Amino acid sequence: MAESRAEPKGTGAALLHRMEDNMSFSVMLQQMGAGMLKSMNIFFLTLLLSLPLGLVVSFGRMAKNRVIRTLVKFYISVMRGTPLMLQLLVWYFGPYYLFSMNIGGNYRFIAIIIGFSVNYAAYFAEIYRSGIESMPAGQYEAAKLLGYGKAATFFRIILPQVIKRILPAVTNEVITLVKDTSLSFALAYAEMFTIAKQIAASQTSFVPFFVAAVFYYVFNFIVAIVMEMVEKKLSYYR
Amino acid sequence: MNLLEMKHIRKSFDGLEVIRDISLEVKKGEILSVIGPSGSGKSTLLRCAVMLETIDAGEISYLGERAAWVQDGVYHTVKGEKARQVRSNFGLVFQNFNLFPHFSVLQNIMDAPVKNQKRPKGEVYEEAKELLRKMGLSDKEDAYPYQLSGGQAQRVAIARALALNPKILFFDEPTSALDPELTGEVLRVIRSLADLHIAMVIVTHEMNFAREISDEIIFMDKGVVALQGTPDEVFEAEHGRMREFLGKLKH
Repeated sequence: MAESRAEPKGTGAALLHRMEDNMSFSVMLQQMGAGMLKSMNIFFLTLLLSLPLGLVVSFGRMAKNRVIRTLVKFYISVMRGTPLMLQLLVWYFGPYYLFSMNIGGNYRFIAIIIGFSVNYAAYFAEIYRSGIESMPAGQYEAAKLLGYGKAATFFRIILPQVIKRILPAVTNEVITLVKDTSLSFALAYAEMFTIAKQIAASQTSFVPFFVAAVFYYVFNFIVAIVMEMVEKKLSYYR
Repeated sequence: MNLLEMKHIRKSFDGLEVIRDISLEVKKGEILSVIGPSGSGKSTLLRCAVMLETIDAGEISYLGERAAWVQDGVYHTVKGEKARQVRSNFGLVFQNFNLFPHFSVLQNIMDAPVKNQKRPKGEVYEEAKELLRKMGLSDKEDAYPYQLSGGQAQRVAIARALALNPKILFFDEPTSALDPELTGEVLRVIRSLADLHIAMVIVTHEMNFAREISDEIIFMDKGVVALQGTPDEVFEAEHGRMREFLGKLKH
């Protein structure tokens, strides 16, 4: 494609054509900016849903009931054992192919959010589990003796300490999530990376990729700073 | 009426019987020490009494109210509001303190009375400050557990247990994780509690302390009560195993 564009160089008509065809940098930024908002939308919604969902999943993973435990274990292994991009395709096209459901309208976005949340919940669940299982039994015993119920013991005594312990692992996942939002291009959802690819193709330009890289890097830089602040906030005890 | 009554308690771990048919009683304000070699079942007996362990046979009651019992081989324990009521009778001081690291000293002491006993915060605060004063820790209110020495941490743990106003306080080797100097300060505090007239059951390896503070002493060996009586009776007894245990201790 790049060659076909470079070919008519020199003729006045071609030059005019190129100028019309060439998107200005500001228009490109504008379009990519709209995509960034969508990427951030995916990011925040996924976190909002997968962080609590992961806690529920981790309870299932540690359940006394063997059936629940096995089912949840299987779910986690599928989520971790298959590509997220493939999972997104299944969430989007599955309802149509499996149940002949109409998948128009807003469903593309919904499929992306479901796909990301359900996938990330599996990873978060294992992180929660590692944290919960690392808590010494003495903390539970002390809480029991002091009259804390099961829920109060977990939310007041155990969870705050677990959060502190798992924060570095969670930061890892959150940073990966920022970059993973780009997988939405598989469903042609107009988030930033999809747009960057489109502009790059239509403009035969490398610039959109560079802008995308800067965007992801800055986004993650901010994420890292925020997580560091949270870690600092929790460093008042050991 | 007996404050605590344990009748014919049995407890096994993986087929190994660590408590074989033990019965004991603790009256209001009484101080009972449980001594004996490691692995004799002292700590397990205490953990059964506070219902951290289930029992395989027998019955445990507080103030005549059944707390845990075994019927036809099935373990039962009181539930719901009854359970809260029964549990409010006792507190436990652990060997390794088990303070909540994310709570300050004051929060460690105040949280349970405020959240679980629903007592007014102001009242609990005054009481907590008084307890800390008694423990010699008035300057540590806002410290976090990691900033405390072992002896200080154990004294906070004692204050935390006392803040719930138990009628009986169990100590599970309260000084075993401490060096001799810190042991001294914790024992001094426990001694001072005798004036509060709460009953105490103390599992300990501090023989002089046990002899001096106790109303009654139980010497356990291999899961049974080998010897029981007043401190003098137990320490002066011509009991082979007891003499052997004390003899070894001297070296």
